Amino acid sequence: MAGEVALSGAGARAGSRRRRRDWVMVACATFIVVIVAVALLAPWIAPHDPNQVDIVASHEAPSASHPLGTDALGRDLLSRLIWGARLSLLGPALIVVIATVVGTTIAILAAWMGGWFDGVTSRVLDILFAFPGLIFAILAVALFGPGLVAPVIALSIAYLPYDARVLRSVALRERNLPYIQACYVEGLPTSAITTRHLLPNILPFVFVQATLSFGYALVDLAAVSYLGLGVAPPTPEWGLMVANGQASILAGYPEESLYAGLLIVLTVVSFNLLGDRLATRFSVRAQ
Amino acid sequence: MALFVAKRLVALVLTLLVASFLIYGSLYLAPGDPATQLAGGRATPEVLEQIRERYQLDEPFLTRYWDWLTNVLQGDLGQSFVYRQDVSSLLAPRVGNTVFLVLYAALLILGVGVTLGLASALRRRVGSVVTAATAIGMATPAFVAAIVLITVFAVNLGWFPVFGAGTGFLGRLWHLTLPAVALAFAWVAYVTQITKASVREELSREHVETARSRGIPPRLIVRRHVFRNALIPITTVAGLTVAGLIAGAVVVEQAFGISGLGSFLVQAASQKDFAVVQAIALLLVATFVIANAIVDLLNGLLDPRLRLTGSG
Repeated sequence: MAGEVALSGAGARAGSRRRRRDWVMVACATFIVVIVAVALLAPWIAPHDPNQVDIVASHEAPSASHPLGTDALGRDLLSRLIWGARLSLLGPALIVVIATVVGTTIAILAAWMGGWFDGVTSRVLDILFAFPGLIFAILAVALFGPGLVAPVIALSIAYLPYDARVLRSVALRERNLPYIQACYVEGLPTSAITTRHLLPNILPFVFVQATLSFGYALVDLAAVSYLGLGVAPPTPEWGLMVANGQASILAGYPEESLYAGLLIVLTVVSFNLLGDRLATRFSVRAQ
Repeated sequence: MALFVAKRLVALVLTLLVASFLIYGSLYLAPGDPATQLAGGRATPEVLEQIRERYQLDEPFLTRYWDWLTNVLQGDLGQSFVYRQDVSSLLAPRVGNTVFLVLYAALLILGVGVTLGLASALRRRVGSVVTAATAIGMATPAFVAAIVLITVFAVNLGWFPVFGAGTGFLGRLWHLTLPAVALAFAWVAYVTQITKASVREELSREHVETARSRGIPPRLIVRRHVFRNALIPITTVAGLTVAGLIAGAVVVEQAFGISGLGSFLVQAASQKDFAVVQAIALLLVATFVIANAIVDLLNGLLDPRLRLTGSG
């Protein structure tokens, strides 16, 4: 949702910043690479089976065997967090891919064809804006049942208008530039101009938009799991872990909720800041 | 101005109509018989017959939609087959808590967010601290803020209750403070950031330079020449904020065990009590659409130029 604002305001504070190495950006990119690697390598690096229950070892303090301690059922917290990275990242990734691919297609078509097509899609997108993503996801769960699929599809549709609207204006600006006009004059077919010339040139913006959406998609999807409408326990997933650990907070063991929450925040911060920085860079280059 | 208002009103009514159509129609997207869906998945043949009659499922789709819509406009939101009660009588006792929570959070967001944003735009030293804080704040989902607040202020310090909504004004204020802070958290950060950016931009404008060179006191410049112009992006964001608060209330009510529309929506969704889901989704979406329309109108009042060009 902040995507539009970030893109339009990004050019303002560029300038001299560009040459210096941007440590914030390096840190964010590194964190993202690490967390994705952890998700991919989960079976090899997790010290325990994430679903191995051991009632006797309930709420154990950190030790050599359990570096972050155990949860109420004696499951190893570190292993659950590591395995949890998989679904917690896969869901938002699916949302972003679907929303971006469809959104970009709509944006290019609307910018290129203009006229009634542009008018109709703009109206439809305006109406989609009326549905907050989470409400849309809950509606989908009520209809199709809980799980990963219904919320992911619902959130993809909810994120469409943001991507499509930003990218449409980018594509529209690009469309009027001389190089596109030159292709047009040369008599290249529309399909060739849009896919071979227009698309590669708006791709940086598509990428920025996808990066920015990722954080919001992660928050929304984790919220669906937190509400108990997403993947079912005992599946390790961060949003679900926050909810699961909440009962233990009263007993004085807030670790499970806090660790999972912290990972969500760090991941989202990384994606947001990276997206903002990339937006600044690309809009500087475009000027 | 009259034309501007009229255009907005027409757009508002159209959006509401289409949104209600989508929410009503979504029932028929689900696999299986809509009567079974409405019954919440565990229905006897008599109940199904009753539902078919009540919802006139044998009538054409558009007729049914029109009947439903006119009923809704008269305050009849259908019947919950899980509770065997009118939906409106189920919602009535829960609306208060949600409205209180959302308004409380909105006050916090505007008060704290705009103040912090102004402070960080006007004083550079505050600025960098606020920038870092807003980056983290914006990335904190309401449920994570909720568990941190519960851990620190409810369990460890014991200043606030862990759950429930309380009774009476003061009881509610006390019970809903942590939920409102959790709900407001990310949005305070967002509003702070937008306010800061927008005030900074206004500060560098020519008319502000001119005012400064003419020796107008800084306080007056900020109030009269900076703040009013800077308000437009801020009110636009306020519209987004309402959307966020509506969705966020669902999460926060669940986190703090508050009996409100949001927690009822979650409960209804997991019980497949579709009549309730439909009614609450419609209420929330309508609130959001109307709030956005109000924001548009406010922007038109603040900036006369928008009345001419901002028809979109």
